[in-house]
Amino acid sequence: MTDQTTRPEDVAEKGRIARIIDSDIFHSFIRSKVTVIAAIVTAIFMISALLAPWIAPHNPFDLAQISILDARVPPIGMDASDPSFLLGTDDQGRDMLSGILYGMRISLAVGFLSVAFAAVLGIFLGLVSGYVGGRTDAIIMRIAEVQLTFPAILIALLIDGIANGVFGNLDRERWAVWILTFSIGLSFWVQYARTVRGSTMVEKNKEYVQAARVIGIPSFIIMFRHVLPNVMGPVLVIATINLALAIITEATLSFLGVGVPATQPSLGTLIRIGNDFLFSGEWWIAIFPGLALAMLVLAVNLLGDWMRDALNPKLR
Amino acid sequence: MFGFISRRLVMAVVVMFVVALISFTLFRFVGDPINQMVGIETTPEQREALRERLGLNDPIIVQFARFIMGALQFDFGNSYQFKQPVAELIGKRLPATLELSFVSALFALFVGVPMGVYTGLNRHSAISKLFLSVSLIGVSLPTFFIGILLIFVFSVHLQWLPSFGRGDVVALGGWWTTGFLTVSGLKALILPAITLGLFQMTLIMRLIRAEMLEVMRTDYIKFARARGLPSRSINFIHALKNTMVPVITITGLQLGSIIAFAIITETVFQWPGMGLLFLQAVQNVDIPIMAAYLMLTAFIFVTINLAVDILYVVIDPRLRTERSGL
Amino acid sequence: MRKRIAAAAVLLAAFTGQQASAETLKFAFQGTYNQLDPYSLNETFTLSMHGNVYEGLTARTPDLQIVPGLAESWEIIEPTRWRFHLRKGVKFHNGNDFTAEDVAFSAERIRSEGSDLTTRVEPGVKVEIVDDYTVDFVLPSPNPILHYEWNTWYIMDKEWTEANDAVAVTSASDTSPNHASLYANGTGPFKITTHEPGVRTVFEKFDGWWNEPKHNLDRVEFTPIGSDATRVAALLSGEMDMVYPIPVQDIKRVNENDGTTALTGPELRTIFLGMDQRRDELLYSDVKGKNPFKDVRVRKAVYQAIDIEAIKSKIMRDLSTPSAIMISPFLFDNAEEFERYPYDPEASKALLAEAGYPEGFSVGMDCPNDRYVNDEAICQAVAAFLARVGIKVDLNAQPKAQYFAKILASGGYDTSFYMLGWTPGSFDSYNVLLNLHNCRDDAGNGGPFNLGGYCNEKVDELTQQILSENDPEQRNALITEAYRITTDEVSHIPLHQQGLAWGVADSVSLEQRADNQFDFRYVVKN
Repeated sequence: MTDQTTRPEDVAEKGRIARIIDSDIFHSFIRSKVTVIAAIVTAIFMISALLAPWIAPHNPFDLAQISILDARVPPIGMDASDPSFLLGTDDQGRDMLSGILYGMRISLAVGFLSVAFAAVLGIFLGLVSGYVGGRTDAIIMRIAEVQLTFPAILIALLIDGIANGVFGNLDRERWAVWILTFSIGLSFWVQYARTVRGSTMVEKNKEYVQAARVIGIPSFIIMFRHVLPNVMGPVLVIATINLALAIITEATLSFLGVGVPATQPSLGTLIRIGNDFLFSGEWWIAIFPGLALAMLVLAVNLLGDWMRDALNPKLR
Repeated sequence: MFGFISRRLVMAVVVMFVVALISFTLFRFVGDPINQMVGIETTPEQREALRERLGLNDPIIVQFARFIMGALQFDFGNSYQFKQPVAELIGKRLPATLELSFVSALFALFVGVPMGVYTGLNRHSAISKLFLSVSLIGVSLPTFFIGILLIFVFSVHLQWLPSFGRGDVVALGGWWTTGFLTVSGLKALILPAITLGLFQMTLIMRLIRAEMLEVMRTDYIKFARARGLPSRSINFIHALKNTMVPVITITGLQLGSIIAFAIITETVFQWPGMGLLFLQAVQNVDIPIMAAYLMLTAFIFVTINLAVDILYVVIDPRLRTERSGL
Repeated sequence: MRKRIAAAAVLLAAFTGQQASAETLKFAFQGTYNQLDPYSLNETFTLSMHGNVYEGLTARTPDLQIVPGLAESWEIIEPTRWRFHLRKGVKFHNGNDFTAEDVAFSAERIRSEGSDLTTRVEPGVKVEIVDDYTVDFVLPSPNPILHYEWNTWYIMDKEWTEANDAVAVTSASDTSPNHASLYANGTGPFKITTHEPGVRTVFEKFDGWWNEPKHNLDRVEFTPIGSDATRVAALLSGEMDMVYPIPVQDIKRVNENDGTTALTGPELRTIFLGMDQRRDELLYSDVKGKNPFKDVRVRKAVYQAIDIEAIKSKIMRDLSTPSAIMISPFLFDNAEEFERYPYDPEASKALLAEAGYPEGFSVGMDCPNDRYVNDEAICQAVAAFLARVGIKVDLNAQPKAQYFAKILASGGYDTSFYMLGWTPGSFDSYNVLLNLHNCRDDAGNGGPFNLGGYCNEKVDELTQQILSENDPEQRNALITEAYRITTDEVSHIPLHQQGLAWGVADSVSLEQRADNQFDFRYVVKN
């Protein structure tokens, strides 16, 4: 538990960037087998998602390639399986393996984009709110309350409707990912804002901030260079969990009929589709994407845990 | 403190007003309520007549003003689908949702906090890693999928627990129904409460762990240790107490998200609560129900946030001076 | 003292474990039973539930034959005067007698403002009370199918309705709840004792029913369960005696499970695809300046590109009947004369080339995802089939609320290519031709549900002739002629009649109606 502590004076001497590539971090990384495995798994998932068009055996998004006559072929090893469909096919005859690879792309895109959107917006508003305080704080927090009232589901429904209303004949296949990213991101930012605000309010009364103020460092710089790094702990926890949550929320929206188009399924959409086939014995349609999602989320979170601990100066 | 609270109350009213305004501007994008209120063979003229009678052709501002006038008297109109007063419908569904949320929050806290403390104190133990990994299952699968899996195992396969509904409920005082007093009511709570609480449990556990790790490194804990205080009192009294600011924030927020997630859980388990009512309202474009539900949610969030802000002040004295200025 | 006896009886029943005369049926449906006013909503499930509580002058048997209901018999005295002889000794649940007054009252109420069933009794029809048990209906013009839908024109008690201030039909614009939407008072075999909309409804046997019950139920508990998987689980776990519908993929599971069976049969609803043939340029397409669907060759190419048998076996798991016309063969005697255009992708490509689209084109397709059996999956399959002949489909599948708001008249028929299902409420082709095939203007006057705006004057003319033709032979010939034209011109692409699937515990026997109505009158539970 104490083996990673370094002498405080060492840390103080080095810049922040230098600290990140500090060999201590590398050591702590290598020392933790779980983290290494998590990193490898995450990397494999990301790379295979990125390379899906080149490594997937089929293109599940190309309707001309899929045949409904191949529907619900079980994975290899079971009766009536087909070697060209390693993990079987879904109800439309899409290859599950290819579907998972392509679906992962969409899920990761929705996940990362919406978390990034929510985090940037939330951290900024939270910092300002907590640091400036007073009327600004009150207004931002009231906006947050208004925001919280609308669950992601409703936002997605509304934004979808508004997008159709404003942009006219919207090509859903192209825009669905952006609409979802925006909807999910919008419903997440409050968490960051409130968390950062809470921590900022504590931090701003600490000596180092007072000192910085006294020597005339502009508020903006104090906020982002000095306060921000110290309130990032909970933010990273939320962000790693939210990545999973965003992917799941997308699946849930799909469950409610407003997710990505079924002709271009995400991992979550595949689970939603498979959900209908659990009782009928075609378990692979839900379980394989479910496993893929669970592994991805697990790996990202373990990595996040490590990063959080490793980057936190107080823990080193 | 009094000034702070009264000022917040005024703001709460403003927040709810804004929520109502936004909802009303956006409702027309959710779909056409008329289609859901008539059979498919109803002629366009009849549909138009109904639209006119409902005042849906009036300008949004007029509709909004009508809604606000009603809402001030707690009259949210009649549901398009059920043809009953919305306030009454929601009132009847409220106990189901509150009981479910309460039980799942208890589950999340009573499992999440000890696991968080344990994993925070024993950072490198194998059990901690197991806890951390297993708990992630709760956040890595969609709620509806977890719910169906639980139903599949415990209702269909083992036949231990019911797959839907609240079981037998007991009416208390005419305005509350409880499932706590009957065996079937308690059994019916188990699966939905776990489904709903799993996510919160994971989040609380991880947050407590994260905060514990930090707090244990701070000077005052080191001093406490140096002074030879028993480690249990350090861990639970001094350390845990100091992890509470972010935890309270998040838990407060999660109370809200429990309500949001309840929509899915209630749908999967056919739990007769507000979430189910709301989802059906969205599906059927039942505007009065949607509006009243959103107002109620806004009220709940405003109240929770107020409570959280007051708790901050109580728990962390450093914030006191800051607050009084507001 | 009486209480004690009752308690003893309950105890005795509990000990012996059998209550021969206290059978409770628990069942679940995917939708909710919203309100009890019989004239408020023209929708199958709602009418079906009302039908266990209320009754019409006529009734339909499990195989949908029209039989006497509250009217013992009827006769057409003149082509425009129908005489109904009412059943004597019928009582409402509140004990009131059923008389001609109630019929006349109900006839006015059902066509008053706010009623969703105004077509049951047209405005020009005069109701004349001959005596307490005889009513005449005087029509403005002959109408051979006057009584076709009267099994769902439920007769209400005049006295009860007036006493409870419920003469006006329940409407969402009411400021206070309507008594008739909260309580029911019919003549049917069951009365409603508890109604918590969206949660549960409890029906209890009405001892004063005029007919000899075929059922043995004392109590029926209805719970709506929206989630398919949960509904099936409730049946499999034995918590429910009957649930419907069950998803086609779960039929096997329900049959393999001990103690449950899936009851399947053809439904009357016809699922079809429609194409915008009215606009000069499609709203959603890469073809600019012209509308490919105006060309019958393109419509036929789309038709022939779809392998309906594959959809039947892979998506519907054989629980569908591919259809060549826009009405169920159960509702039209000459249905066998029609055959589907064969599935032939090569012919389809040739037709497209001939029409000037050798490379195909792209088109946006609208589809519901929570309305019909496997609706979204069917649309996906259609998209895949069309992709193979070069037509790129951008599928927009939405929940029904958004879907119908977009494609129907109120949304300005905002679609280029869509899926719809249709069951004629009158069980007759006139309804199908009028609503789906007659020319319409932009506001929907004419054929309001002819979303694609198909238009042929001859079909309109035939429709009017069909309305007033009293001779059945002649009438069928006219209908055949109309369908022949619409089929030749590929006005729509009929897909199939979807199947019904009810999950039933083995202890229960019941009758499944092809219109998906659940009639408690025939339920026997052991």
